Amino acid sequence: MGLISVVRGIGFRMVERLWRLGVGVRLFLLTIISSGESFRRLHLTIREIYFTGVMSMQIILVSGFFVGMVLALQMFYVLRQFGSPDYTGVVLALSIIRELGPVVTALLFAGRAGTAITAEIGLMKATEQLSAMEMMAVSPIARVIAPRFWAGVISMPILALLFSMVGIIGGYFVAVPLLGVDAGAFWSQMQAQVDFRFDIINSVIKSMVFGIACTMIALFEGFDAPPTAEGVSHATTKTVVTSSLAVLGLDFILTSLMLSA
Amino acid sequence: MNDNIVEIDNLSFGYKGRLLHKGINMHFARGKVVAIMGGSGSGKTTLLRLIGGQIKPTKGEVRVDGQVVHKQDRNGIYELRRKMGMLFQHGALFTDLSVYENVAFPMREHTDLPESMIHDLVLMKLNAVGLRGAYQLMPTELSGGMARRVALARAVALDPDIIMYDEPFAGLDPISMSVICDLIRTMNDALGSTSIVVTHDVDEAFSFADYVYFVADGVIAAEGTPEDLRNSDLAFVHQFVYGEKDGPVPFHYLASDYKSQLLNFKL
Repeated sequence: MGLISVVRGIGFRMVERLWRLGVGVRLFLLTIISSGESFRRLHLTIREIYFTGVMSMQIILVSGFFVGMVLALQMFYVLRQFGSPDYTGVVLALSIIRELGPVVTALLFAGRAGTAITAEIGLMKATEQLSAMEMMAVSPIARVIAPRFWAGVISMPILALLFSMVGIIGGYFVAVPLLGVDAGAFWSQMQAQVDFRFDIINSVIKSMVFGIACTMIALFEGFDAPPTAEGVSHATTKTVVTSSLAVLGLDFILTSLMLSA
Repeated sequence: MNDNIVEIDNLSFGYKGRLLHKGINMHFARGKVVAIMGGSGSGKTTLLRLIGGQIKPTKGEVRVDGQVVHKQDRNGIYELRRKMGMLFQHGALFTDLSVYENVAFPMREHTDLPESMIHDLVLMKLNAVGLRGAYQLMPTELSGGMARRVALARAVALDPDIIMYDEPFAGLDPISMSVICDLIRTMNDALGSTSIVVTHDVDEAFSFADYVYFVADGVIAAEGTPEDLRNSDLAFVHQFVYGEKDGPVPFHYLASDYKSQLLNFKL
């Protein structure tokens, strides 16, 4: 009897998760189909870019600066042991551009903008604003979901690039004036070793994929949240957890694909 | 043209095998104010959602202006909804838009009117509900009654044929209640619409309604003019209209024997 209930429990959870995945994919497809409105009435999308992108800049820039500084510090002492502290700039740039920029930005984005999106959509649902829109013959997917989706997808690569840029500047301040790395070596090594197509374009592709995943998860959790205070609170937590795991999982897959190509 | 703008025929609807409505028939004549009454959880609001095509009936059909709602595709339903305005229980105003923008919302979405005309129309609608002076406020700055009035202005923004009200008096003070009461009747008559009001406030509903339906246990328990229902001999109607605490609707929720439950200690 006990074993049956365990199996039944596992089966139930699996079916439930598959069902939610299906609903999420359906919402994603509907969002894509309903996206015309977001571009025809660009002010809707621009407004959301301000809320999700511009308002996230503060945390992204400050974090990027500190990540760059710490990384330069760590790299300098390790590289000095091997007699090549001049490579600090290259290692710093490559690790930030290839990995830390897109990944940390996505994690911060999920915490800052993703939760805000989920809470906003969840509360709109709880206060019947989405139903009201439906009853006014206005599709909430076209009017509410799609502009937020595109705002996230557009904002994320820009935020990641800003993170990388500020990170490198932060690293420069620690490595060159503070630790005495030669400024010429710092920049010229970086210029020689960082490839535009392989490193920077791949980084932008990664952060676009993370942007799609994080924004869609945030929108879905809000749209799917039970219309209660508890429901919205759970949904917000789920947004952070699911987005973070999705970003880390996708990062591994994308990196493998990019390195093997 | 059919005399009834909304017709509900043999409608059944339920969730997860439990039927909430069991073969309901209702007719809403053009130009009239019709109240749907019944206790909490009797499925009154669900009837509005069925009329608006937000959910599909299990059996039977709802016709709006002669068209079966659940047989319409998405565009068809949206076309039908343009003939409807709905006032939600707590207003459901868009919290990121001002009062002015809330009322302008349906006009901006469905018409290509120039800004100057939208401006005039919004102010006229707000004036009709007495809130022209509040056009700059945000929804969070409004009282419950004011929010309900702004939502009413938004619901009638495009002069709909049908205005639906979901519990318009819930949580309002007596002054706001009588204002809304008055507005329901005057809006209906001024626009030549048909109003469907879901409520459980007997005195208010009887003061403005032309016809009343009582929903109980998934069926229409009684129907008629307010006068007919006030004089009804039906025990349920009598209990509801006069607010008696015990009657066909019992005070106690179904429970096991009181004495044995107390003595047994376990729940």
